[in-house]
Amino acid sequence: MTPVEQLADVAPEPGVSKPDPILVVDDVSRAFGGLKAVDVDHLEVQRGVITALIGPNGAGKTTFFNLLTGFDQPDSGTAVFDGEIASGKSSHELARKGMVRTFQLTKALTKLSVVENMKLGATHQRGEHFFAALVSPLWNAQERDIESRADALLERFKLDHMRDEYAGTMSGGQRKLLEMARSLMADPTLVMLDEPMAGVNPALTQSLLEHVKSLRHEGITVMFVEHDMDVVRDISDWVVVMAEGQIIAEGPPDTIGSNQQVIDAYLGSHHDSALDLDAGLLDEEKP
Amino acid sequence: MSLAAIDWGFILTQSVTQAFDFNAVVYALAAIGLNIHFGYAGLLNFGQVGFVAMGAYGMGLSITLWQLNPFLAVVVGMIFAAIFALILGLPTLRLRSDYLAIVTIAAAEIVRLIARSTVMRPITRGAEGLNEFIGPFRDLSPFSPGQIYGIGPIEWRGSQFFAVVVGWILVALSLLLVAQLMRSPWGRVVKAIREDEDAARALGKNAYWYKLQALILGGVIGGLGGMVQALGNATVQPDFFVAPLTFFFWLVLILGGVGRVWAPVFGAVVYWFMITFIQNTGRQLVDEGLIPTSIMDTSQIDQIRFWIVGAALALLMVFRPQGFFGSREEMALDAR
Repeated sequence: MTPVEQLADVAPEPGVSKPDPILVVDDVSRAFGGLKAVDVDHLEVQRGVITALIGPNGAGKTTFFNLLTGFDQPDSGTAVFDGEIASGKSSHELARKGMVRTFQLTKALTKLSVVENMKLGATHQRGEHFFAALVSPLWNAQERDIESRADALLERFKLDHMRDEYAGTMSGGQRKLLEMARSLMADPTLVMLDEPMAGVNPALTQSLLEHVKSLRHEGITVMFVEHDMDVVRDISDWVVVMAEGQIIAEGPPDTIGSNQQVIDAYLGSHHDSALDLDAGLLDEEKP
Repeated sequence: MSLAAIDWGFILTQSVTQAFDFNAVVYALAAIGLNIHFGYAGLLNFGQVGFVAMGAYGMGLSITLWQLNPFLAVVVGMIFAAIFALILGLPTLRLRSDYLAIVTIAAAEIVRLIARSTVMRPITRGAEGLNEFIGPFRDLSPFSPGQIYGIGPIEWRGSQFFAVVVGWILVALSLLLVAQLMRSPWGRVVKAIREDEDAARALGKNAYWYKLQALILGGVIGGLGGMVQALGNATVQPDFFVAPLTFFFWLVLILGGVGRVWAPVFGAVVYWFMITFIQNTGRQLVDEGLIPTSIMDTSQIDQIRFWIVGAALALLMVFRPQGFFGSREEMALDAR
């Protein structure tokens, strides 16, 4: 049974346990002053599927992402990634263990060439140690190996024509592609994409979507934050909805829109109609 | 009273000599260090002179206080600079880069003030400085102190020629080191941190540790500059290491072009050439009466040469902001 098929038997309720979780979050909370930005009781992320994290603005999605990826530390609670305690670990340690993230505002390293950007992504590089760096023969072979992997990925993401350009000369969409390709250089098991489609033109969106789907095909788990409901419906296998720092609903993408909790969160309570996901959540209610 | 009376040969000889003298080496080494800090790792160090002082005092004290052999003294000087880097870096490198900038400028002054304080007199000899360390180095020198060495009209006394030769060897080694590091994966990580620390962390790089390494490396190379200064002047005086010196190192770096291996050396040589050229030309113009003393006398040239260098640097920033060797294309990326 594929990971996606396994999800079919999972009940669509918040905090439900999954057959094969790669990430398990317990009682994670984070407050900024008096504001409790994140307060998640329990969440499991199924391995090998694409999980979308949605929610209205200010729901705490990005904060939650930062807590999971080590860019911020929770006030309390634990996260277990691939059987190991992840909370308290720093971001670079988690990345080395296979949890690699991208950013809402792309972080192309502008004054490095595109291929150097890619090569940076590879982990466990011998030449990254100070003294080994002084002796080229220690890392030359590995470097060539990394370079050919980088070139293959650039080709796959159709960025090979930019190979030797400064990353700073790329368009916003190309930077998104580069960031995704670069994260693959780290051989991730879990890719965390923070609004991968934000600011990308519709033509490129389609290609980005295909690339995200291809990650699942390779057995990589994907978790992403997104606002565009078309995107969520198109590529995700499971949707987690956050509001006011809490997980308020979970379920398959085609039924999540009719969940009363979700409707309340987006539109305020006292609405009784199903959300029209195609028109975007915040548009208007159907008669 | 004519232009013909000006001795251009003398002026050029003086200028070229200064351009390759040990002072230029001190500036070059300090700026190579700054280049690692700022040009490659993006660290704002406004206290490079503190590292230079630590190197000089480390080497000097090893001999006056602990009677170590000169090679060990150099190693101790490097360790002093490295410890200074740790003291500055450990608490500040987790914070935004501005914090390092603030701490460094103060710390460099603290080093100087401690070294010249009365309390430290038994160790550092206070404001008088260290003078008795030079003997063992003179013994190592293959040049006899009184003799004149040099190429053509460019000459040094043997006592200083040793510092010049050792200094340029150190510059060459430092450049090789930087060139090798910056083409290695280590250099790639450091440059990535300069561009975006979070991106590097998200890809599994321990940004803090790399910044610390870069701070230590650049500081130690700056410390070597301090040792060359000590050898050349045969003294380590606290008031040589005043805060403005750091900004001359910055000037030299920017003149050459930030983030280019060769740039700091080029900058140092050009800077010392310009300063000496302007000074000597100005002095002769005044002596010959071509500039009347009502406008300027010889004692004012020392100040005015800095005006001219300042104006030249301002023009450079307008017409060639990337410095001599920098890439305009890279500069343009910042504006995006």
